[in-house]
Amino acid sequence: MHDLASFKDQIAVIGVGNTRYGNFPDADEYGLAAQAFRNAIDDCGINKNNIDGLLVCRIPYYARMGEVLGIDPRWTLTLPPHGRMSGMGIIEAAQALATGQAKYVALMYANIGRSRRVNYGGDENPSTWDPWGFTSPGAAHAMMFRRHMELYGTTTRQLAEVSVAVRYHATLNPDAVMRNPITIEDHESARFITAPLRLLDYCLINDGAVCIILTTKDRAQDAAKRPVMISGFGCRDSFTQSAISNFDMDFWYPAIQQAGVEARAMAGVGHDDIDALMCYDNFSPTVLFSLEGLGFCEKGESGNYVEGGTLQLGGKLPVNTDGGHLSNSYMQGWALNVEAVRQLRGECGARQVKDCEVVQYVQSTPCTRSIIYTRG
Amino acid sequence: MSNEYAKPLPKITKLTKPFWDHAKAGRVAVQLCRDCGDVRFPPSPVCPRCLSDNQGWRVTQGRGTLESWVEFHRAYWNGFADDLPYRVCLVRLYEGPVFVSNLVGPSDHSKLGAPVRAVFEAVTDEITLPKFELTGE
Repeated sequence: MHDLASFKDQIAVIGVGNTRYGNFPDADEYGLAAQAFRNAIDDCGINKNNIDGLLVCRIPYYARMGEVLGIDPRWTLTLPPHGRMSGMGIIEAAQALATGQAKYVALMYANIGRSRRVNYGGDENPSTWDPWGFTSPGAAHAMMFRRHMELYGTTTRQLAEVSVAVRYHATLNPDAVMRNPITIEDHESARFITAPLRLLDYCLINDGAVCIILTTKDRAQDAAKRPVMISGFGCRDSFTQSAISNFDMDFWYPAIQQAGVEARAMAGVGHDDIDALMCYDNFSPTVLFSLEGLGFCEKGESGNYVEGGTLQLGGKLPVNTDGGHLSNSYMQGWALNVEAVRQLRGECGARQVKDCEVVQYVQSTPCTRSIIYTRG
Repeated sequence: MSNEYAKPLPKITKLTKPFWDHAKAGRVAVQLCRDCGDVRFPPSPVCPRCLSDNQGWRVTQGRGTLESWVEFHRAYWNGFADDLPYRVCLVRLYEGPVFVSNLVGPSDHSKLGAPVRAVFEAVTDEITLPKFELTGE
């Protein structure tokens, strides 16, 4: 059996690319993904015909994707369109590379949910609880946040700190979708969607695509830019209480904790080494649950922890420096992994985290994953 | 009545039919493993604890505690538009399983752990929905 620690710093991100995010009714997944792929190829400077691994997510047909890109891979994997596949995909691709199944893997993600008016609830997403009108991941997160309020006294003003910090970062990102600054009062007066959550607690659904190119440490030396290493990862699924989807009575605390412990141990880093956190923010409460699970604060203390700008650039733990899902786009974690790479390369301009050396990604979902990236 | 009902109705399967038969008779039932005694809702084709096929149903007291609640301000089905805002609760039945339902009646005293009891609303000739109200205790 492999010791996971032997994977430390063996696999590198050499190329990242994305499209603009917005409303593109004339585009389809293949066209958007191809743009992101071209940008990622330009970013790493390798010949696209060297790509011999293809991972597609939320793209209907892997073979059509290969046809569009002119690639016959040795290794192919398709992941379902669920919003938790980015961490799983990156870890799977890293292992395919580490075991010699491929030399260069392109991971492709595309979403056309805005132009097609996808809303993730109702008949799109049938469940046991439809007769009672309980639907949508946002409502599941509202149900969790109400529990958090009741158990720990967390307030919606504290929750607002998440949306405000992430929006502040979007104002510094020229490519972000929502760039007008917001205040705690703006959050508190936004309309309810499913109370206690309001409009500004929900992610932004847009069209767009993301591509990430991975290779082995040795091959990475030939890429155009300094590689970013995958130094650690941790994984834990929570399936035994899945009847209420996107919900966990205990905020996925044990799973996040395990994934965090594993990722830090593999990377050999502690909390104080982590310069920025890219945190799956499908809904703002997920950030609070993640901070507790990862141990940046005690269980139940995330409301106090985030007060006063903790999560903003210049604060104790900058979170989602590109504007995240809440203020840039719901690219289901893929764009957050790209932002981790750009931060470690020092490419982030006004939103750059100073002396950024270690960035952690976390997705606190029924498939919890965390990845720790470092400078190569 | 069923022609006018505009909200989603459950899909009745061999697995779920006993639950709806009990609900029509004013009872909340949960699936029971006749081999190991595990109880759960929604029902499962085999027992998740011991993998037995030998599954039956247990009628609960229809009582439990409030674990959380939300208020929908958006209708994901047109049939709910006139009800906005409407309340959905998470109840832990005294027998163990958690159940999502609607919180009906006065809710001023909603709090974690508050005792609730089932009330039954016949929405079509076939379907009765168990809903919950605070007992006020």
